[in-house]
Amino acid sequence: MEATDRVFEQLVLDHQDRIYALALALTGNRHDAEDVAQDTFIRAYKAMSTYPPERIRDLKQRAWLHRIAVNVVRNRVRGVRPRLVELNGSEPDHATGPEEDVLRKSEIDELASRVACLPAKYREAVVLRHVQDLSYAEVAEALGQPVGTVKANVHRGLKILRGENNGDRDD
Amino acid sequence: MATVTTDLRRLGEVKAPAGFADRVMAQLGMTDSYALFGTVLGPVFVAWNRRGVSAAMRCETAAEFENWFHENVGRLLVRVEPPADLSARINAQLAGTKRLQFDLRGLSPFAQDVLRKTLQIPRGQVRPYGWVAREIGHPAAVRAVGTALAHNPIPYFIPCHRVIRGDGVIGNYSGGGPEAKKSILTMEGVELPRLQKLAQSGLRYEGVKSTRIFCFPTCYHGRHANPANFVYFHDEAEARLAGYRPCKDCRPAVA
Repeated sequence: MEATDRVFEQLVLDHQDRIYALALALTGNRHDAEDVAQDTFIRAYKAMSTYPPERIRDLKQRAWLHRIAVNVVRNRVRGVRPRLVELNGSEPDHATGPEEDVLRKSEIDELASRVACLPAKYREAVVLRHVQDLSYAEVAEALGQPVGTVKANVHRGLKILRGENNGDRDD
Repeated sequence: MATVTTDLRRLGEVKAPAGFADRVMAQLGMTDSYALFGTVLGPVFVAWNRRGVSAAMRCETAAEFENWFHENVGRLLVRVEPPADLSARINAQLAGTKRLQFDLRGLSPFAQDVLRKTLQIPRGQVRPYGWVAREIGHPAAVRAVGTALAHNPIPYFIPCHRVIRGDGVIGNYSGGGPEAKKSILTMEGVELPRLQKLAQSGLRYEGVKSTRIFCFPTCYHGRHANPANFVYFHDEAEARLAGYRPCKDCRPAVA
């Protein structure tokens, strides 16, 4: 087995949960989330197989994968509205974990689809900052935007989620 | 105020669905599937991926096969129901009527050369280790050929059983020991008693008087010659001295 393949296999195992959670928050349903997460890793693999070994070794895997995932979502949702309603999940899923005792799967799906209804620029900022828990600097890096813009977008996105968007103009 | 951000954080704790990593690997051809197939050799575990068949072994249990695969190939392995079309192709390969694709990634270039050359040995014939070594351009690497064949991840399919010692000794076999090697060769139509009798007398090559061509004794050519016309040689020099040239098909020596 080639060295790149080994590194990649470990990368998938290390990051699959976080990238899937990111994809779910960005797309709002589990079906698209699986597609996006798979595409993210497939693109990562294709990119990695062109990189020299030093670059693979020094890769900041987490930030890099987030950036790829955001781009995958941007490319695929261009012109496609996220699905608002998810039929009750028949997809295979992990056994109920502790987090799902607190917030049941249906509630997670409901929240994910609410997040997915946010305008893209707010959604990306809110998800990276508050779902994925990246710092503002990391979010700015992943989105290729200034930190100030990210902060403003996070703020506006949260406001909408709290139902306080009355009077908040988008300019 | 805090609830929205708290809920969002919980959204980040969602786990990838079961089998997600395997599906990614499968899309990239990096996971191998395996199943148990009924073949002329009995039940054989066979692993494959998008590039081709990657491993085969007769094992008592699936766990034993998985361990063997893990040690020898190292990729992720997923058990599936045996696909009917693959089953047919596997039996066609073993019957010598069709060629499967093989995935030899992960083996050294030398080992890949050895296995690809071994694939060219026709059913019902055998070649010495030295022949494989010479054919792939490493005539001195006879022992290395033996090692590469001993680690053949796809025995039966890549017919390492068709490579035997120059002195006629059958040699060991990773696919189930010397006895298994003998029975597979016999099943393929190799006349082992004749071969070993020749080898014991030190006779390596078979010539036909009428054509003045010498072959390995299992070569297809000359099989239908009048038995009275057969003549046997100890080595290449003896054959050439007698005015015989090497067969261009089984290539007992460089022509």
